[in-house]
Amino acid sequence: MPDPDRPAALLAVRNVAKCYRTNASTYTALANVDLEIREGEFVCLLGPSGCGKSTLLRIVTGLQRQTSGEVRYRDQELVGVNPHATIVFQSFALYPWLTVLENVALPLRARGIAGGLRQARALELIDLVGLHGFESAYPRELSGGMRQKVGFARALASEPELLCLDEPFSALDVLSAEALRGELLELWIGRKIPTKAILMVTHNIEEAVLLGSRIVIMGKDPGHVIASLELSLRQPRVRTDTAFQSVVDKVYALVAGSGMAEAEAKAAARVPMARPLPSGRPNAVAGLTERLAQEGGRMDLSRLGKELGLSLDELLPVVESAAMLGFAKVEQDDLLLAPLGRTFAEASIPARKEIVAARVLRNPTMGWIHETLQEDDNGRVAAEYFLDRLRPTIGDAAQGQLDEAIRWGRYAELFSYDDDTREVYQERG
Amino acid sequence: MAPRILDFGARLRTGRAFSSGDALILCLLAALLYAGLRLAIRAPAEVRGPQLSLSLWALPWYALLSTARMAAAYVLSLAFSLAYGGAAARSRSAERLLLPVLDVLQSVPILSFLPIVLLGLSALLPEAIAAEAASIVLIFTSQAWNLTYSYYQSSTLVPQELREAAAVARLPASLRFRTLELPFAAIGLVWNSIMSWAGGWFFLMAAESFTVGVRDYRLPGLGSYLQAAAGAGDQRALVAGALTLVLLVVALDQLVWRPLLAFCVRFKLDVVAGEDLPTSWFLVVLRRSAVVRLCGQHLVRPLLAALDARAARRAAERPVDSPERDPTARASPVLRVVVVLLLGGVVYGGLRAVVFLLDLPVGDWFEIGVALLATGGRVLCSLVLALLWTVPLGVAIGLSPRLARIVQPVVSVAASFPATALFPAVLLALAHVPGGLDLGAVGLMSLGTQWYLLFNVVAGTNAIPQDLLQTTRLLQLSRVQRWRTLLLPALFPYLVTGCITAAGGAWNASIVAERVHVGGEVLSTTGIGALIAGASDVSDDRLLLAATLSLVAVVLLFNRLFWRRLYRLAETRYRME
Repeated sequence: MPDPDRPAALLAVRNVAKCYRTNASTYTALANVDLEIREGEFVCLLGPSGCGKSTLLRIVTGLQRQTSGEVRYRDQELVGVNPHATIVFQSFALYPWLTVLENVALPLRARGIAGGLRQARALELIDLVGLHGFESAYPRELSGGMRQKVGFARALASEPELLCLDEPFSALDVLSAEALRGELLELWIGRKIPTKAILMVTHNIEEAVLLGSRIVIMGKDPGHVIASLELSLRQPRVRTDTAFQSVVDKVYALVAGSGMAEAEAKAAARVPMARPLPSGRPNAVAGLTERLAQEGGRMDLSRLGKELGLSLDELLPVVESAAMLGFAKVEQDDLLLAPLGRTFAEASIPARKEIVAARVLRNPTMGWIHETLQEDDNGRVAAEYFLDRLRPTIGDAAQGQLDEAIRWGRYAELFSYDDDTREVYQERG
Repeated sequence: MAPRILDFGARLRTGRAFSSGDALILCLLAALLYAGLRLAIRAPAEVRGPQLSLSLWALPWYALLSTARMAAAYVLSLAFSLAYGGAAARSRSAERLLLPVLDVLQSVPILSFLPIVLLGLSALLPEAIAAEAASIVLIFTSQAWNLTYSYYQSSTLVPQELREAAAVARLPASLRFRTLELPFAAIGLVWNSIMSWAGGWFFLMAAESFTVGVRDYRLPGLGSYLQAAAGAGDQRALVAGALTLVLLVVALDQLVWRPLLAFCVRFKLDVVAGEDLPTSWFLVVLRRSAVVRLCGQHLVRPLLAALDARAARRAAERPVDSPERDPTARASPVLRVVVVLLLGGVVYGGLRAVVFLLDLPVGDWFEIGVALLATGGRVLCSLVLALLWTVPLGVAIGLSPRLARIVQPVVSVAASFPATALFPAVLLALAHVPGGLDLGAVGLMSLGTQWYLLFNVVAGTNAIPQDLLQTTRLLQLSRVQRWRTLLLPALFPYLVTGCITAAGGAWNASIVAERVHVGGEVLSTTGIGALIAGASDVSDDRLLLAATLSLVAVVLLFNRLFWRRLYRLAETRYRME
């Protein structure tokens, strides 16, 4: 039943899944995803890398096809590339051998619009994004920010109802990104473009809170929607407002919290091989505990990320690793240093290695590799031996898990790896 | 100098050592060759080609004819490459069949294509035209394969996001080809076109005068002129013919390839500061010419605009397919039936060929084995010879932009000049030296293939990061240590790629290197090339088929068992990141 008070739904994604099949196994990128976008919405898809947010964007635009489920646009089943949507890419995806004008005019050319009209329309768009005077330049002559402006102008040339943005600001320097965000908002809120709705993929929480009218938070393994959060903050939004900061903290807690809950659930599960190893780098974990110790053992997650200069993608694995090693734990939107973490932060390098060795051996995979090597006469076992036994339970993730195991094994001086003979080995004597 | 090097490794990287596809393809090849040979036996009485004039006045005319033949073959090669390479890049199931077929095709020596090509064409066309067409197809077989690899590879390397941008902009296929696929492949295609033309000139003599059964074909052209001059021992004509060829190569380089290279600079994805970009005086002339501009404005542009408008109208009616390659896609039932029927035919033909070969005397098999060993030895010698001079020179060129500027023009002409043209003259001189032909054959083989090595070494040296070079200088390593710790490991992947191509070319060159008509007599040495050329001359079809198949099998075996392993090593251990 159409509801007169609510704007019309443009896009409806129902129960969508996406699987990639390789020779031996299947990788599920998305499972049970539901998403609806209405006219007037600016939706931000937020989540750690590997949560399938870019894949979802490509399914919505018809660049990829879902394995199961349904994608409807204006209540029509989507077939092929979505004619009402377009994408602005992270890498700009400009044709390097075409000028700015030719790049922007390309969608018009594809629609068979004649030369004179095409030229005029393209120049109008170049003007709109503020690139007047650069029509005859080649992309390589432009800065990153200007290239992305060309990307926006080209996207607008096909007059999309649904404008999809795939991390459009993450390849830019901080200042250009901020300027471009402002200009996008101005076009969007000032209704200077015929676009009906925007869907943006990002892993930058502040960016999402700054721009979006709604934030959809996704989790990984497999990619799924965790939460959808309406933002009622009025534009223009100011980063230093307390209201703004409290929303940012809330989103941080949602993203990090869900990750922690899953990691702990997996850790508790008594399926030995299925319990993953921490994927953060040992040195990064050490840096994190030191910073926490300086702060008196408790720190706000969003502040931690900002001060360490880490994006969400970089911060989360480190936090998860620290949690798995028992060095820290997440409480709401704060990270808390555990007593063992404090000892670790204050310990000398050899002592740190001993602490990590004791902790990682509790991981069944690490323990099993260590034991196998202990029992071997020479203390050398082919990597293939471990892979063969990991594959039946974790499939294609086996190589990655073994790599992690070797990294932690090397750090803790438990075992090492010889790339020439492809053997995992233990120093003897 | 930074030629886009053909990366045969892309092929070697994937797949198992030997697949059922390979067996099938060998079967197919055997069947095809067998069918051609059977037809050849029933060919009617002797036909003599036109008598060739050795007069110098005939040379311009002959040069023109040969160039026309080369151009026709090249157009054919390009069309084939775009279609075949494009198809292999588009669909995964096509890729699985098409790439191994290409692998085999490029290891078949040019003369072995002759019977099937000529007789197939004779069945369709009048005698004189069939001979012309056969010559063009033979040249095609020495031009097409590397172009196809190059286009296939460029097509698979188009960045995913550029493809997606084309799809969301709803570009029709023709427009997408012009704005995305062709520009992306352009630089690789031009470099490989230059190599293809060099390859074409190299085998021109074999492609313009040939014998099948008792028929002797001699088409008027530069290749047959050189052949006839060598046959008659006419030194003056030999020199004049070779000079004409040099002029032709230089003219094409200046008027076609340099301008194209300079034009393609715009298709470079990223330009490194300080890099020497190709320039061309002729391109400048063309760009300033009013005629060219008017043609562009009033002829080319309206034509393209009309084409675009038509494509856009057509495309508006249909939904645009997503650019994702669907691994689960299945062929249609009709196609499957056709494939099954074809497979049946191929297997049947292969079996007949095997039965046919069973009658070959054991002595001949033994002879083939010995010949393979002899030619293998020569291939090895020519590789070592080529490595000995290309590695030091290539590194020197790569490290010194000044030297590169001096040497590059010389090398680019020398690389295009077909050593085969001078070969008879050299042999006349070597004829009385013991082992002269063996020496000459090794020399010719390395002359034909060393350029691949040189280009690869230069490209590899250019790819060494400056900070590594500087660190090495700061460490004050001795010359030997510098080569062992930096240069050789860094060059290793490039050397492997170059050697694969060079070795393949050397095997093929044995056809023209091991058996030569000079001064009214036939000089021949033990080797698989001599065996195949001889069998082709006297139409010993059984021996020709057996020798060709053995050669192909040996080349494939080397590629899969030896080169592929080295390539893996190069990829994992000696890769610059």
